[in-house]
Amino acid sequence: MQNPYMPYPVRIDEIITETEDRNLKTFKFVFLNPDDENKFSYKAGQFAELSVTGKGEIPIGIASSPTEKGFVKFTVNKVGLVSSYLHSMKVGDIMGIRGPLGNSYPWDILEGKNIVIIGGGFAFTTLRSSIISMLDPANRKKFKDINVIYGARTPGMLLYREELAAWERRDDINMHITVDATNDPDWKYNIGFVPTVTEQKAPKADADTYAIICGPPIMIKFTQPVLDKLGYDHDHIIMSLENRMKCGIGMCGRCNIGKEFVCKDGPVFTLAQLNATPREY
Amino acid sequence: MKVIKIEKKDWAGGIGKIQDGYRLFGPVRGENFHDFKALEKGESPDLNFQNTRLSPKSVVYPQTEVLFEYSLDEKEVDHHVMKDAVKDYSPKAVLGIRPCDAAAFLLVKRNFDAPDYKDPYWLKSYDATTFIGAACNNPCSTCFCTTAGSGPFCEEGLDILLVDATDCYYAKAITAKGENLLKNAGWNTEADGGAAEKIETLKKEAEAKISSSVASNQLKSKSTNELYEASFWEDVSFACINCGTCTYLCPTCWCFDIQDENSGSSGIRMRNWDSCMFPLFTIHGTGHNPRGTKLHRVRQRFMHKLKYYVDKYDNGIQCVGCGRCVRACPVNIDIRRVCDMMNSYDSKACACSEK
Amino acid sequence: MLGYIDKIKEISKRLLDEGKVDMIIGFKKGTMPMMNEPCFVKTPDEASKLVWDSNCGINLANYLTDRKEKIGVIAKGCDSRNIVTHIIENKIKRENLVIIGVPCKGMIDRRKISAMFDAEVRQVSEEGDAIIVKGNGFEEKLKKSDLLQDNCSTCIHRNPALYDELAAPLVEEQKDIDKYADVRKIETMQPSEKWDYFDNLLSGCLRCYACRNACPLCYCPTCFVDEANPQWVGKSQDETDIRTFHFLRAYHCAGRCTDCGACERACPVGINVRAFTKKLEKDCFEMFGWEAGISIEKRPPLDTFKPDDPGKFIK
Repeated sequence: MQNPYMPYPVRIDEIITETEDRNLKTFKFVFLNPDDENKFSYKAGQFAELSVTGKGEIPIGIASSPTEKGFVKFTVNKVGLVSSYLHSMKVGDIMGIRGPLGNSYPWDILEGKNIVIIGGGFAFTTLRSSIISMLDPANRKKFKDINVIYGARTPGMLLYREELAAWERRDDINMHITVDATNDPDWKYNIGFVPTVTEQKAPKADADTYAIICGPPIMIKFTQPVLDKLGYDHDHIIMSLENRMKCGIGMCGRCNIGKEFVCKDGPVFTLAQLNATPREY
Repeated sequence: MKVIKIEKKDWAGGIGKIQDGYRLFGPVRGENFHDFKALEKGESPDLNFQNTRLSPKSVVYPQTEVLFEYSLDEKEVDHHVMKDAVKDYSPKAVLGIRPCDAAAFLLVKRNFDAPDYKDPYWLKSYDATTFIGAACNNPCSTCFCTTAGSGPFCEEGLDILLVDATDCYYAKAITAKGENLLKNAGWNTEADGGAAEKIETLKKEAEAKISSSVASNQLKSKSTNELYEASFWEDVSFACINCGTCTYLCPTCWCFDIQDENSGSSGIRMRNWDSCMFPLFTIHGTGHNPRGTKLHRVRQRFMHKLKYYVDKYDNGIQCVGCGRCVRACPVNIDIRRVCDMMNSYDSKACACSEK
Repeated sequence: MLGYIDKIKEISKRLLDEGKVDMIIGFKKGTMPMMNEPCFVKTPDEASKLVWDSNCGINLANYLTDRKEKIGVIAKGCDSRNIVTHIIENKIKRENLVIIGVPCKGMIDRRKISAMFDAEVRQVSEEGDAIIVKGNGFEEKLKKSDLLQDNCSTCIHRNPALYDELAAPLVEEQKDIDKYADVRKIETMQPSEKWDYFDNLLSGCLRCYACRNACPLCYCPTCFVDEANPQWVGKSQDETDIRTFHFLRAYHCAGRCTDCGACERACPVGINVRAFTKKLEKDCFEMFGWEAGISIEKRPPLDTFKPDDPGKFIK
């Protein structure tokens, strides 16, 4: 019987500090056993439990795309015991990852559709995975229009700034980058909250258009009415939830909302599904 | 199904033989109540009890269990890599488990034996165990097993059902594992034809003694969100002190916490029982707590047992009617009362009548 | 004590009618023998469901912590002392409370009673000073004074220390009670005997925290056993961790504990939790002449500094 609690050993290959407050770092992991990379075959939207030996595990969305080979990337916010310790680790350190866990964004339904991605703050990680997957030459034809609305408090708090700029220059994806406020006179993109920019820039709803939202509760709270106004049906709005997790495989009983486990039946749910469950997240 | 007759004079000898091949667990009387303990060689289980204070779930699923070991010493070859802890899955037997508690293991197994993930620790421990149930001739006043999917002579989850017929025991072998154990114990005398009838009579007498019940037939048809928003939760949850008594004593509760604990340059990753009643059970790293109030947590426990589980597995409530939580709750919160309230809840009625 | 309930209901109805309180906190009839369930009533009609008898050992001060409403609370001697402590420690405002004081002659110990019978106790009722215990095939009439909770039999503060209304005339306080006989028995044990005693005492502990949660004094938003960053106490069934929890909790209650017995009542496995707190209560009494919760004017000795403190450290 395979032990789902056993992490794959990995080595930290690269650490990049993403944000100006230094609270977000992107870690690049390489599997110690090359076979494990094949076992860790994942889809955009899934997460993994990062296991820091001697400290514990944390559930983090996978930021790299399955089209990127040889490594996996995670962007981790420094929040508590494990994440703080992880932030103090160095390239070459050994730890573990368990996964891939959870359901991914519903790529089978999203094929052939227009995609609107709405992200806020550091919840953008699995959205990066999604964008890179979709833009990959092998995949781009499978999707129609791609619109991305991504905002942070200030320019220095945006994740993956170089990649954002590169995507902005492409003509097969519409980027709407925004910040809440900035003093930078050279800022060339939008200024305004994500819900506001969504109202201005998001395409109107139709049967072929799906919205994927990932962000802090406050952003979701104000973005949802905007999508309602634009006519999006609740089963065309896809959300990725967070909850406190331990096992990540639907066993320890901690992360449930109603009868769904956020770790196993989620973290991706449609708004229609969430409307039918208690709002305990 | 074979029924073996065990003369009371052959009892102790059989126990001894079982202990040669199995690690034997049975009820032992402490100062004031019985609990399941590992029996020493020559120690007999004390079957003179109604039910144990704690459920026997710790025989299969210990309160603290080491999952992995690791070294933090960078000079070691496999430092920081998790290594499997050494486990003992040699055969064990639980003698004297009540039918409700045995049925509870089957309810819990649905969680640990899922199509996509299997918990090797729980499953290997469960598979190594032979369950010898002791039918209840004398149920407690708080037992409501017959309306919770079980019963004093219920055979679900048991390998052998032992019936005390005063002059002797009858042992009904329900599975191959059970037959094997009876053979090992040297209990081979088949009972005569009248035994089945005697057992049936005792069963009916026991079932007639069950004086407590719950109504759960409407739970599936209720709307989750309507039950969630019901007005009676404030009243139900007021007395609760959010301790872990109900969850730790309950044979169908299984929630756990995983933690690393270090000692010098080595450590273990362990799991411990945890409880949805504890305030920090669902707290996020940011400090946000989706179940931050007592009401949320009490509601979660009852919704999980009586609604979410019902919807998820379509096979009854997550309760076997053992009555431990009712007897042990320090403030007398009663799951029977809550179940009836949920089962009869009508969101359109003006107020829930309180009994 | 049975007659009290009429007065309690009358006072409660009146307070709710006059709008002096938003809710009354008391007991309603339990579903188990010898148990009542703490409850709240918000309307005068509901006040009729309140009960009061010798099964009201739970400390209702536990339900007052950090509440903002105007509350009428039914309080025995020990409960009222905990309310005093709550007020001094800013966990509840005095002006938000109407304390319905209940002079108490002691609560019965359900475990003691169950242990006296082999068969299951199915019904327990009271008649004056007698307790009638019934089960399948037996009925016995016992003296209530033989069945009291341990803390009740040595109680010298049966009258409420602070109250706004009284549900009955004050009772005579017990005299010539040796409050600390059981503590001295442990104190005079040989070290190895003491070690065995405490080992045994805590061997059944499940870390359910019923003792902590039933105690009105334990109101820390994050208890020291739950702290993760840094982690002070392990979460497993390790014996050292279990002992740490109990010893430290007792120390956190030192000088504040009123010996209400809620901790011991709550424990599902019958641990004599009061063995720790009683010792510290004795020490506080002998060192500082202190009894918790008697006066709303005085702060507990362990959180006060005085220039004339006898300890050498302050000189």
